[in-house]
Amino acid sequence: MSGFPILSLMLLVPLAAALACLYLDAKSARVVALVATLVDLALGIVLWMNFDVGGAQWQFQERHELFSGFSYALGIDGIALLLIMLSVFLMPICIGASWNSIEKRVGEYMAAFLLVETLMIGVFVAQDIFLFYMFFEAGLIPMYLIIGIWGGADRIYASYKFFLYTLLGSVLMLVAMLWMVHTAGTTSVPELMNYDFDPKVQTWLWLAFFASFAVKMPMWPVHTWLPAAHVQAPTAGSVILAGVLLKMGGYGFIRFSLPMFPEASAQFAPLVWGLSMAAVVITSLIALVQDDMKKLIAYSSVAHMAIVTIGLFAFNPQGLEGSMLVMLSHGLVSGALFLCVGIIYDRLHTREIARYGGLAINMPRYALFFLLFTMASIGLPGTSGFVGEFLSLGGIYQASSWTALICTTGIILGAAYMLYLYRRVVFGDQKNADAAAMVDLDARELIMVGALGLAVLWMGVYPESFIAPMRADIAALDARLARAKPEGDAKLAMGKQKPAHEEAAAHEGAH
Amino acid sequence: MQHILIIVFLPLLAAIIAGLGNKQLGNVAAKSITTGALFVSCALSWPIFLQFLGGHAEASVVPVLKWVQSGAMTFDWALRVDTLTAVMLVVITSVSALVHLYSWGYMSEEPDQPRFFAYLSLFTFAMLMLVTADNLVQMFFGWEGVGLASYLLIGFWFRKPSAGAAAIKAFVVNRVGDLGFMLGIFGTYLVFGTVSIPEILHAAPGMAGSTIGFLGARFDTMTVICILLFIGAMGKSAQLGLHTWLPDAMEGPTPVSALIHAATMVTAGVFMVCRLSPMFETSETAMHIVAFVGACTCFFAATVGCTQWDIKRVIAYSTCSQLGYMFFAAGVGAYGAAMFHLFTHAFFKALLFLGAGSVIHSMHHEQDMRFYGGLRKHIPITFWAMTAGTLAITGVGVAGFAGFAGFHSKDAILEAAFGSGSQVGGFAFWMGIAAALMTSFYSWRLVFLTFFGKPRWIQSEHIQHAVHDAHGHDDHAHDDHAHDDHADDVHAHAAPELGSRGPDYSQHGDGTGGYHPHESPLVMLLPLIILSMGAIFAGYVFQHAFVSEGEGEFWKGALVFHEHLIHAMHGVPTWVKWAPFTVMALGLLTAWYGYVKNLSFPKAVAAQLGPVYTFVYRKWMFDELYNTIFVRPAFWFGNVFWKALDIGVIDKFGPDGAAWVVAKGSTYAQKVQSGYLYSYALVMLIGVVAAISWVIAG
Repeated sequence: MSGFPILSLMLLVPLAAALACLYLDAKSARVVALVATLVDLALGIVLWMNFDVGGAQWQFQERHELFSGFSYALGIDGIALLLIMLSVFLMPICIGASWNSIEKRVGEYMAAFLLVETLMIGVFVAQDIFLFYMFFEAGLIPMYLIIGIWGGADRIYASYKFFLYTLLGSVLMLVAMLWMVHTAGTTSVPELMNYDFDPKVQTWLWLAFFASFAVKMPMWPVHTWLPAAHVQAPTAGSVILAGVLLKMGGYGFIRFSLPMFPEASAQFAPLVWGLSMAAVVITSLIALVQDDMKKLIAYSSVAHMAIVTIGLFAFNPQGLEGSMLVMLSHGLVSGALFLCVGIIYDRLHTREIARYGGLAINMPRYALFFLLFTMASIGLPGTSGFVGEFLSLGGIYQASSWTALICTTGIILGAAYMLYLYRRVVFGDQKNADAAAMVDLDARELIMVGALGLAVLWMGVYPESFIAPMRADIAALDARLARAKPEGDAKLAMGKQKPAHEEAAAHEGAH
Repeated sequence: MQHILIIVFLPLLAAIIAGLGNKQLGNVAAKSITTGALFVSCALSWPIFLQFLGGHAEASVVPVLKWVQSGAMTFDWALRVDTLTAVMLVVITSVSALVHLYSWGYMSEEPDQPRFFAYLSLFTFAMLMLVTADNLVQMFFGWEGVGLASYLLIGFWFRKPSAGAAAIKAFVVNRVGDLGFMLGIFGTYLVFGTVSIPEILHAAPGMAGSTIGFLGARFDTMTVICILLFIGAMGKSAQLGLHTWLPDAMEGPTPVSALIHAATMVTAGVFMVCRLSPMFETSETAMHIVAFVGACTCFFAATVGCTQWDIKRVIAYSTCSQLGYMFFAAGVGAYGAAMFHLFTHAFFKALLFLGAGSVIHSMHHEQDMRFYGGLRKHIPITFWAMTAGTLAITGVGVAGFAGFAGFHSKDAILEAAFGSGSQVGGFAFWMGIAAALMTSFYSWRLVFLTFFGKPRWIQSEHIQHAVHDAHGHDDHAHDDHAHDDHADDVHAHAAPELGSRGPDYSQHGDGTGGYHPHESPLVMLLPLIILSMGAIFAGYVFQHAFVSEGEGEFWKGALVFHEHLIHAMHGVPTWVKWAPFTVMALGLLTAWYGYVKNLSFPKAVAAQLGPVYTFVYRKWMFDELYNTIFVRPAFWFGNVFWKALDIGVIDKFGPDGAAWVVAKGSTYAQKVQSGYLYSYALVMLIGVVAAISWVIAG
């Protein structure tokens, strides 16, 4: 496998297909898009199979110097691998979700999606900080188009809001990147990850990156673009937005903020905890009162992303691995939930919860899968949602019991708003004749939700498949963070009389 | 011990086949597969239990699959079998198998049978995973799995709004407890560095007396952890404060109430405290809290049980009360007695529920006891089975000789509470005695109202419906669900509030309305008969294993055993030994007087008590209280956060504010917006060029 530019190929396949789609009629554009995304999925599987778990930190590296320091440098570690897998897994589902529901300008639509795929993968494989920046920011452009052209009635406002929020952050981040490259003398991400910046400067750099990542995440209170964007975006747009684009903020934290600015990260950890606690409580309560299905799930995403940020800033392996798993799980589950909304939206053309009801009667298969994803969103053990949430919360408990307590209330509130949604849509009697006449899942839909369902259960029952590739990377990050790690609030103190050997065991346990 | 794999996973397999096969598979196939699987599991479980009983078996762990390894935190899928598990295995698989069988008859008119049986088997699987857990996280898996199954089964008749509401309530209230459980697991990991139960229990004594920071203050480590875990137990076992979901859970079909909300799931909290007994032993404070909460619950639930009219709700409060006994037994250190009561209670409470189901079945889904009466001649086998259950729960027996199942276990608990000598033990003892009096009263009240006196059926809408509809039997199953809406809340029922204005018992005449109740089919009677045997003999047969000097050999360290407590139990004064019997007789007499002899007596007492009666009848106003302080504020805050904060503040001064500024500076807002994309791309491009040039220059 060595030497074969598989990462470049993964970037190229959707890009070439995107160009082709621009010139094709609707029917062939759909086929080309599906084939291209499936090829990328196959390449992703090849990548995973060939990824040497426990081998070198950076694998599949490619490097071409362009001009003075700026280079086309690609490479992945386990963290990037998993997020790439998530992207290539969700893309064919997005194309499938758009198969019938998109009727105007299909070629351009598919081109936009394929371009998003290239850019997403680009974000995760880029090893040059400016290359990363280009992918990171350019990814918004096709997304902006998808919402603005194929979105709902209020799409212009939504896309504008989406854009305005992200603009501010990206400018600040760019300035910070320039400073970093200037100081460290390298544009290489792996080198920068091991460069020790002056802690005083770190503060400013951290804040500049934070401005960008917090919006992308999104963290409270810079989250209001998300519900607007989701509500207006077509189904597949929501799937990819929730599934992968939201993960870029988390990826940014784990790839840049934490390893490059450990002292500043520790310094600002209480800020992140505070915002996360606010997000869990506030956005969960907001989700409870929504009448619009997509808005409800969008708000729940903000609450879930807060579990990612507390895990990242817990400064221990459980927190870090937990937040990675929450990201992967949320990618699958919220994508699946948006897909579930899209499936009934295609039939009834409304997102208003009250228009549905009693779907368990006429759509039993749909009810089953919707239940599975609802439970995964709630974090039921055995589904993907649990493992990450549990590790993240367990991680933060070691750092701050208050934060853990407040954020764990998310399991109560999450159950409340998701089950309330499920009850109104699936339970109850059939109130509306048109909702009662909806047919159950067809083969295309069954394949899509079935694939997501299996992935959700796999990650819940045997998450080792997903933890193993990143274990070494997380351990390396944890080691790098160790010097700045904030002391937890537990401060276990032994009682007066105790056998010596048990004290030793207990101290081991406390770490 | 490899059988344990079959015992646990066969029900899962059956659930998957029946659930996914559903209509294609057909009713009979789905029912046969699930019921068959459960009988196999049951048949394999009893030998394991008997081996432990005979002292021939050792604790073992069967690994299944790796689950999570994150840093130093590891937990795997594994099945642990020791005495404690073996007790639970027979309880779960026996009751579950009988409930499966019973449901063949009870649910025979139901159009959606495969789904029902799939849920039942899924529940059994989750419950078995819970009791075989070797680490806290797998226990939590089972814990949440049974919660899911409970949610699905309570909401089984999902068309009924009340069923949907009860299902959510059960899940969310349980999640409040789970919050405690999860934090307890985190705390345990923080302190012990592991979530493996045997390792924790081994290290727990060494942690006694240590302190830990929690929520900004310093506490005794083990007290904090145990209380957090106990909050989880309180949720699952419906203890005072987190009990509100259990009565509402009666929305589910009656076999579900018997299996989940009486015999198995609700006892998970007791199981957890017993499983982790070496941990609880290290904190006196935590033990006192367990005993105190248990004692309060057993008293509280018994008072409510005395006033309810819905036959299932009476038994539900009774369950809540009996769980309180188990907790205060554990809280005073008598874990063996707690498990013994769990064991006997599973049989007689499942019996009472299934018997109630048989009554409801024969009374055409009428659940209000005010419309029962005189049923003993019409459904004699159900009557005798219910009587056996009532004799067991009220603890009929002769001290020092023998009695029905509940006699042995309840007396053991009361003696242990008294014998423990502690203040909280004394409190629990008196609460337990008071509750025993009420238990006897409401249990016999149920029997007298249902089986004695004259029929009062004619006023029931269900019965009227049945009589009118006597020939259109085919669409009953369908109608019944819509009809059950009336039964979900006593207030909504045809009979008006508080019973005082309910049907007058002294009005005689033929109250049958021309209705003829039929005894249930054999598939329903068979489980009743088998469980009656349990209710009669389980206490006498197994008392030596569970609570005696030889107890230690039976448990083999699966839970903490205090030999001194056993001696103290034997040494209690004679009046203590006879107190339960006395109050039982008193309760029986009162019930007989009020509901057989002098029918106007209860009404007079209720009127005399006035507001106190209303308060108790309204279940101590817990639902009203929680609606006021939790549910409504949650929605109110949600709206405020959304409309005032997100839209009113963040958007206004964020993107909308920016848009306003931009629009001011430009005549054509439209142009600005559509032009943004390009300027954005441009900014980025310029930025990159600038960056590169700077790097080159630098």
